[in-house]
Amino acid sequence: MGRTLVSLGPQKACRPPYHKLQKEPSMSLASEPLSTEPLSTEQSASPNVPDQQGRFGMFGGRFVPETLTRALDELVVEYNRARQDPDFQAELDDLLHRFVGRPSPLYHAARFSKQLGGAQIWLKREDLNHTGAHKINNTLGQALLTLRMKKTRVIAETGAGQHGVASATACAHFGLPCVVYMGVEDVRRQRPNVFSMRLLGAEVRPVESGSRTLRDAVNEAMRDWMASVETTHYIIGSVIGPHPFPMMVRDFQSVIGKECREQSLQSFGRLPDAVVACVGGGSNAAGMFYPFVGDRSVRLIGVEAGGRGPNAGDHASPLTFGSPGVLHGSYSYVMQDEDGQTSDVHSMSAGLDYPGVGPEHSYWKDTQRVEYTSCRDDEALAAFDFLARNEGILTALETCHAVAKAAEIAKGMSPDQHLVICLSGRGDKDAAELARLRGQEW
Amino acid sequence: MTAIDDLFSTLKAQNKKAFMPFITAGDPSLAFTGKVLTRLAELGCSMAELGIPYSDPIADGPVIQASYTRALQNKIKLSGIFQTVADLRAAGSQPLAKMPLVSMVSYAIVHRHGLEKYVDEAKASGFAGAIVPDLLVEESEPFSKVCRVREFNLIQLVTPTTPPERALRIAESSSGFLYFVSVTGITGERTQLPVDLVDRVGWLRDRSSLPICIGFGISKPEHVKLLAPVSDGLIVGSAIVRSLDQAAADESKALDSMSQLVTSLISALEN
Repeated sequence: MGRTLVSLGPQKACRPPYHKLQKEPSMSLASEPLSTEPLSTEQSASPNVPDQQGRFGMFGGRFVPETLTRALDELVVEYNRARQDPDFQAELDDLLHRFVGRPSPLYHAARFSKQLGGAQIWLKREDLNHTGAHKINNTLGQALLTLRMKKTRVIAETGAGQHGVASATACAHFGLPCVVYMGVEDVRRQRPNVFSMRLLGAEVRPVESGSRTLRDAVNEAMRDWMASVETTHYIIGSVIGPHPFPMMVRDFQSVIGKECREQSLQSFGRLPDAVVACVGGGSNAAGMFYPFVGDRSVRLIGVEAGGRGPNAGDHASPLTFGSPGVLHGSYSYVMQDEDGQTSDVHSMSAGLDYPGVGPEHSYWKDTQRVEYTSCRDDEALAAFDFLARNEGILTALETCHAVAKAAEIAKGMSPDQHLVICLSGRGDKDAAELARLRGQEW
Repeated sequence: MTAIDDLFSTLKAQNKKAFMPFITAGDPSLAFTGKVLTRLAELGCSMAELGIPYSDPIADGPVIQASYTRALQNKIKLSGIFQTVADLRAAGSQPLAKMPLVSMVSYAIVHRHGLEKYVDEAKASGFAGAIVPDLLVEESEPFSKVCRVREFNLIQLVTPTTPPERALRIAESSSGFLYFVSVTGITGERTQLPVDLVDRVGWLRDRSSLPICIGFGISKPEHVKLLAPVSDGLIVGSAIVRSLDQAAADESKALDSMSQLVTSLISALEN
């Protein structure tokens, strides 16, 4: 495969990453970040992160109670062993192929591209994975690690329910008992996934505390883990939490970007000009972006939930509007008040309704390797319809945020350019919630 | 020397153990917190731990979590807590003036406030130290330096899952006293405490000059009697917070029920 073809467009590599986005008038929702903290002094993002302390530049690390330290240290050791063990990799690859259906296709959305009249749009179809989203890539890897560590029980948190279903699936596959924590607000808006988890034999524990969303589900799962750490593995579903989770989840999800890179070369003979993914905690984006970090010609764009608009409490966009702080075990951009209390956030999509973000995204933001923007609820809803009617794909509401911004970006590009969207999940789970949002009968 | 160092050397000379209640600041109001602290001092508590309410307390069980939620619903701010403590120090009764106070605070709050600013303000208002339950020894150097320079105690935690050599490292980087967590898990009352706890604390106590206080899960006079001989002090949190949880309805009833509990625990400690 022609590596030489990859070096097309070196002039783009030199362009400041924000340049093009700022010229795009429709991107004006993303105002200047409020952060007053100094930017990282690093000049460019390295793929060789995190360091031994779990630091991505200044971000990441471990801010958890001492009780969890030993389990996290054991996880680092076991993960490093597994990573170097060809048998582990072979077993995971086989599962990803035969059980999940990987590789997921890179599909040319020809009608969508033509309608927009800009770049050729390609969809990395993670929605076609078993269980309907990218989450299964990570849960199978971590379930295998659970067995290697001889732990006998799994807990997980979930927002949209996709990670809960993927965890329940992996646990059913390996015969592990599974408890999934889920905020009651998310239980309400993602009922189909709650039902699926129970069908798969998992116990779903609704969380009544706080904002009753993903953030509170993470708190409850952490509390469970504090008491059960000797026998239980906590399968965190995103690139968040204390080291080694952000690194490990990124690595398991990197199968998306690795395949996409190869498929791009096969499909259009070079790397894409731009890659777009939605960012809540940021696992599909991290897995998609990471293999492209060294490819400076590829623009990487992460899309946060802009909710109802830029006012505090109306969105879930910590990279766009937040500042660095500590939440859920790591140091990263977060929505907090002046006292350090986590702020309420809003997104219509349960999977993006989270006040924090993975530390590697904070690192990519400050090193300007990835451009981050946000997309409002109404824009994402319009993208849902557009993709449904023009391509015959029902897309998860989370993913629709990426689709909406990708469409704007693609319009400003030429038809000989290529843009890839990480189509991270399918939208069947959102049908009832869509009906509710639109006041339609379900 | 901080007020905490003084306290432990006095207690040691008298062959006594510290009794340390935990309460949540601002549950349900800062005025009530002032009354509780005054009462705790009058009852003979050696020191008090004041929990700074946090929105996402992953180390805390349902009782303390619920008290944080009540406090935050009443819009309790860090500045208000510091002001309340300063006012109590200025106008407080004699026992209260002598009772050292420690804040139990998430690093999320310390970081957002600014490390230096947090310690300066806490110290100025009358706190002698801080327990930061989510700050591990690997990440603690910047804050521990700020505390050292300002003679403000940073009390760190050792748990049942901490390997022995790491426990020693934590003891070396702590000051004031070492907080020994009795159980694997979150804060909260338990009917039983682990059998090897006494051995673990004894092992560490033979190797560190720092006073060791045991906390998490202590709620009954039997627990106090079992753990007092091997420790320099005991910390009781959830049981006390629970005894106060109806304060919004009837403050004096809540104070009475709390006093009853504290009296029984202190008397178990002294006998």
